[in-house]
Amino acid sequence: MRLLVSFARFWWDFIVGEDWTIAAGVVAVLAGGAGLVAGTALSDTAVSLLTGAGIFAVVAMSIVVGALREGREA
Amino acid sequence: MTWSMAGLAAATLLASAVEFVEAFTIVLAMGLTRGWRSTLAGTASAIVLLCGVAAVSGYALISWFPKSLLQLIVGSLLLVFGLQWLRKAILRACGLKPMHDEEETFREETEAARRAGEERRAGLDWFAFVVSFKGVFLEGLEVIFIVITFGLNAHSMPVAIAGAGAGGAAVLTAGALLHRPLARVPENTIKFAVGLLLSTFGTFWSVEGLGVFKQGSASIEWPGGDAMVLGVLAAWGGISWAAIRLLAPLAPSRASRPAATITKEAA
Repeated sequence: MRLLVSFARFWWDFIVGEDWTIAAGVVAVLAGGAGLVAGTALSDTAVSLLTGAGIFAVVAMSIVVGALREGREA
Repeated sequence: MTWSMAGLAAATLLASAVEFVEAFTIVLAMGLTRGWRSTLAGTASAIVLLCGVAAVSGYALISWFPKSLLQLIVGSLLLVFGLQWLRKAILRACGLKPMHDEEETFREETEAARRAGEERRAGLDWFAFVVSFKGVFLEGLEVIFIVITFGLNAHSMPVAIAGAGAGGAAVLTAGALLHRPLARVPENTIKFAVGLLLSTFGTFWSVEGLGVFKQGSASIEWPGGDAMVLGVLAAWGGISWAAIRLLAPLAPSRASRPAATITKEAA
């Protein structure tokens, strides 16, 4: 069990890294995009632009908020 | 040459070069202080394991997933992974995180190697074997990850492997000639460029992969097709530039921070 936890933690650190909010934001936006594709009749152009803009917004916000937090702690 | 191919070659070459620099520093420190036999055995073992990981994961991804699902899974992983590089590079560029210092890493590794006791297993100096194995494996895994994810989605593993090979060969040649840590390589600039490329293609492919939720599972088409990669790259470039401008005033002066904190954070 400990080996499994260590293995999972290694891959979490490797892919997600120090700031999990960025990964969580990306997954949330892509889930929203999947909802748009499956549940609406939006065109490919609209889905790609909306999802892309969502990713930019969430990541930019996460980086700035995370950096502000680190700046305050430093 | 398509945008994907150009991005693929540039990303794998640069990522490989920067990771080889870090692995080279560790191997050099072990080799010079503990001897080359065990150090090279650790390095070779890590390379063999990396080849196995690459072959198994590459085969599994190609064989098990349809195109749009592969784009979604691999694109999302590439995006999240690439954003780590971009975030760190932004924080370093605006002074909120110290720069990675190869000379300092070399000094620390050398010091640790001198202090470590002598333990022999299978006729090898176990400390030198384990440290060089871990260093090469962990740095190499990042290169393998980029080569596989990028190569599969751009449909050109040979270009991905050639790019990574060229980056590694350049670093090893320079390292063999200089016989010292490659401290002058502009690591943050390279990591910034790789982070931008990984985030760009990760965004592009993960959105294309959302087509797996359509009837028929055809990939989503960006407006302008493949040329939109440049638009996505420009957007990430603009966001990074704005973040650095916004966050730079928050950076504490280097002089006011203890050296131990700076070294630890730079890793």
